[in-house]
Formats: sequence, C-alpha cells, structure tokens
Amino acid sequence: MNLITVSGPPSSGKTSIVLKTIRALHQRSLKVGVVKFDCLYTDDDILYKNAGVPVKKGLSGSLCPDHYFVSNIEEVVQWGRKEELDVLITESAGLCNRCSPYIKDIKAVCVIDNLSGINTPKKIGPMLKTADIVVITKGDIVSQAEREVFASKVHSVNPKAITMHINGLTGQGAFELSTLLYDEKEDIETVKGKELRFSMPSALCSYCLGEKRIGDDYQMGNIRKIKLSDSDD
Amino acid sequence: MKISEIENKYPFSVSFFENNNLDIEGHEDSTLEQYLGHFSEEEIEDWAIDIEKIKTDFTVYIEETLEFLGITDEEKVDSLTIAAGRDKDGNKENFETITINKSEIVSIVGATGSGKSRLLADIEWVANKDTPTERKITINGKIPDSKWRFSSSNKLVAQLSQNMNFVMDLSVREFIGLHAQSRMVKNEEEIIVRIIDAANYLAGEHFNLDTPITSLSGGQSRALMIADTAILSTSPIVLIDEIENAGIDRKKALNLLVSEEKIVLMATHDPSLALMAGKRIVIKNGGISNVIETSKEERGMLVELEKMDKIVNDLRTSLRKGEILENMEWEEVMQNA
Repeated sequence: MNLITVSGPPSSGKTSIVLKTIRALHQRSLKVGVVKFDCLYTDDDILYKNAGVPVKKGLSGSLCPDHYFVSNIEEVVQWGRKEELDVLITESAGLCNRCSPYIKDIKAVCVIDNLSGINTPKKIGPMLKTADIVVITKGDIVSQAEREVFASKVHSVNPKAITMHINGLTGQGAFELSTLLYDEKEDIETVKGKELRFSMPSALCSYCLGEKRIGDDYQMGNIRKIKLSDSDD
Repeated sequence: MKISEIENKYPFSVSFFENNNLDIEGHEDSTLEQYLGHFSEEEIEDWAIDIEKIKTDFTVYIEETLEFLGITDEEKVDSLTIAAGRDKDGNKENFETITINKSEIVSIVGATGSGKSRLLADIEWVANKDTPTERKITINGKIPDSKWRFSSSNKLVAQLSQNMNFVMDLSVREFIGLHAQSRMVKNEEEIIVRIIDAANYLAGEHFNLDTPITSLSGGQSRALMIADTAILSTSPIVLIDEIENAGIDRKKALNLLVSEEKIVLMATHDPSLALMAGKRIVIKNGGISNVIETSKEERGMLVELEKMDKIVNDLRTSLRKGEILENMEWEEVMQNA
C-alpha cells in the first residue's frame, strides 16, 4: 500500500484536489481510501463516500490536531491494509501553519492557494517547507503574473519540492499529480518506528490543561511573554 | 564564502534569505555555516528552523536559479507539435499531427466540457502518451526535456484565464516590479515602462503606474496582464481562455503577444477572434475532431465582422458618454461602416 499525507491551510482546496486526483487513480483501477482528519467538524467524508471512496474521519476535538494525527496514524495504516487499499491518503487541516504531520519516507503533499496572499509562503513553516510536492490552487481566479510571483515565492522557501498548479474545479493538473503519487514498488506495512519530518510545537501550559482564568496567578508550565516595553524595539 | 560574498556573487540569494525569514543583517562577515550555527536551540525550535534543510535548499535554489538565468537561445521554442491521441470513447483523433510555429495563433473551439481544458493541460504537461488522451507533444520536433513539467520558473505555458482579478494590494508599479524580480530581470525600470505603455495601448481608458491594481477596471487589468505576459513572461506558449467580454482591443492584444514571438492558443466562441487565427482546432467528445484552416472566404467575413464589432463598440462608447442612441438605418450603417 502507498501512503500519502496531504495537508494545507483550511479551505485551500485539499479535498477537491484529492477527489480529482482519485478519479485519475481510479482510471488506473487502483483502490484508494481516505482518512480525513479535522478539528471540530467536517462533512468531507460524505463527498468521498459519494465518489465511491472508502473513508474514515477523525475529529481531534480539544486536542492539538497534529498530536491527534500522529497518535492515530499507525491504526489508520492498519485500517488501510485491512481494506486492501493500493493508496491510502490522509488529509489533515494545517491549522496553526507550523505543523507538518509529514513522516520521513512517506510522500507529503502541501496544498496552498493563490488567494491566501503573497507573504503566505513566508508564514507557513515546515508544512510547506518540508513537503515533497506543493500544489497551488485557485490559479484561475488570479492573474498569470500573480501565479508566477506566488510560485516563485514558494520555490524560494522549498526549492526541492515539485511545484504544480491544479484547478480544483475543472481538475486541470490533477491527472498529472496522480502520476506522481503511486509507486508500484512501494508497500507500507506499518509506520511504527518511522519518524516525523519535524517536531511538533511544545505544549503543556496551564491552559493546555483546561485553565480558563487569565492572569499570572493561573499561568504555569510553558509560558512565554510578548515583548512590549520600549527597550525591546 | 562569507555571506556578503554570497550576496555579491548571487544577488538573488537575498530573496532566499528574506522569504525564509533569515535575518542576515550584522552577519555579513560570517559564512552561511557560521550564521546558521549561531541560532540557539530555543530559536531553532521556536522558528521551526531546520538547519540541514536550509543548507540543501540553499544549494538547490542557487543552482536552479543559475540554470534559469543561463537559458540559451538553443532552448527557445520555435514550434509545438501535437500528435493525435484518442477521444473519450477511445477512437483515434481525426488528424495526424498539428504543428504550430512561434508568432502563430491557433484557436480552439468546442462546447463546454468537450475537452478544451484537457488539451490545454496536455500541452502544459508536455504529454508524452502519458495522459488520458494519449496525445504526444513535441517541441521543435523533439521530445522535450521533462524540466518543462516541474520547473516553477521555467514553465512552457503561461495561461491567461477568464478571470483576472487581482488580490494583491499594490500599485501597478510595485506589482510589475515584484513580477520582474521573480523573473530576475536586470532592467526593471525599463521593463515596467514598456509594460504600462503596451497596456495603455490595449486598454480604452488610460491608467498610470501609481494606480492600485485592485482599482483597475476589467479591461484595464486584462490589458495589463496581456502586456505583462507578452513582455515579461518567459513562457513561450500562451493559452488564452475566452478573451471576449474584455473591453480591450483584442486584435492589438493578439498582435502584441505574437510580436513577442509567442505561440498563442486561444479558446474562443467569438467568430471574429476565431477567424483571426490561421487555423482552428475543433474539439468534440474529448478529442480533436477536426483542424480547419481559415479559408479565404472566411477571412473575407472577418472584414465584415470587424465592421459589426466597430458599430457595437461605437454604441458602447456613446452609452458611456451618456449619449442617447439614435435609431439607425441598419442597411445604410452596414454599407458605410
């Protein structure tokens, strides 16, 4: 089984891209399944179901979505094997723009969109910088020049990645992506013992543990203060 | 090599540091290695810095940019050839090969959903019998280097889509400047002036370099983008999707693109645009069902069509000026036009 991790900011077009790409994989008679990770709510699983794709969803609720991802990915892989999938795609929402639930040696795709602003490539951390393939969407809405500028910004923060444009509505480019995703020789049996490409943000302050009150007296653990005095400028 | 030396030798490295949030100020005398070594463990974790990755990325970035800057004339695209594949039902397409030379315009006609996007995608991907249509695209008569597929700075195709909204909050000057920088052009000021001149030549209403791009009208943004693509884009092939409803001089626009030695493919349903092209590709059921050379007779019709376009355009101008449209004697108008 091939395992592919897809992430990207909310509403960047991940689901559309994955759906269009699966259509191309289906034409090659490959069995594709999806596990959708999200935070509070998603109904993307219905879209996948309607497309005839075996799908599971996981909502992280009050947990950090990427911590939730990494503590469940092995079980997800075993589900995919039980379903006898050729390709298992995990789709996760990159919510804080830092995390990358990418695993070493597992293909990582980051989806970002042209509408998100010219400095976005600068703002997104490992999620963009350590991806193998960067898919840029919504190119039909902006001008050619903006597409080129945006792509060059992406290129400068992740020169090694393959950068491609896909139209999530028409699917232009999705077939091309599908050719990069499936490798006959690859067979993932487990991700046990594999490593993340980048460490998760550190956690555990009193607010992690459910504290709601504000003020020094209630802050414990991993705390950092914003620099506000004039001497810090 | 010291960072200051790197910056001197590879001026474009500045944008690498900037886009990766690497503040090199005050570190000009260190080597890259020393600079990256100065981050504390805390900083590395805080800013999600991956030293090893930055090192390899930097090398790749410099190498690729040098390669991009070193593109020679031998790699220029003189012709594009499409070899027949199959339609949605698996039947062979109704042609053998089509060759389009630079400075040539070909139009693409066909109903919505007939497979125009697929053809454009095949060209963009430089298909080599490896897409659903099994078409084969060759450049200058040869199977091209696959770098056209993945290089972000060296794309084969520039696509002018129907929508040309701008989402950046910049003036025309800043915007073109940003684009010019991403293309690493040396004579930025000169290019900016050339582009705005060309854009004003295409657009009905003039605008200047300090106009915010978001306040340009539909016609003005289109004119700006066409001028920008013609002059600044390195892509030798331009795909245009529905240039009609544009409010710009379409004939001038096409001439501008062609004069910059580009190959122009244009999806259109507008008769006068379709006839401006030397040939047109007809798409049905996912395949090319015909390739029609524009005949002498059709070219003759183009003259009449242009007259009609002119009448409608004049009426439009009158409306804009707030004039009352008079009831015209159509027969007479057509004869005088």
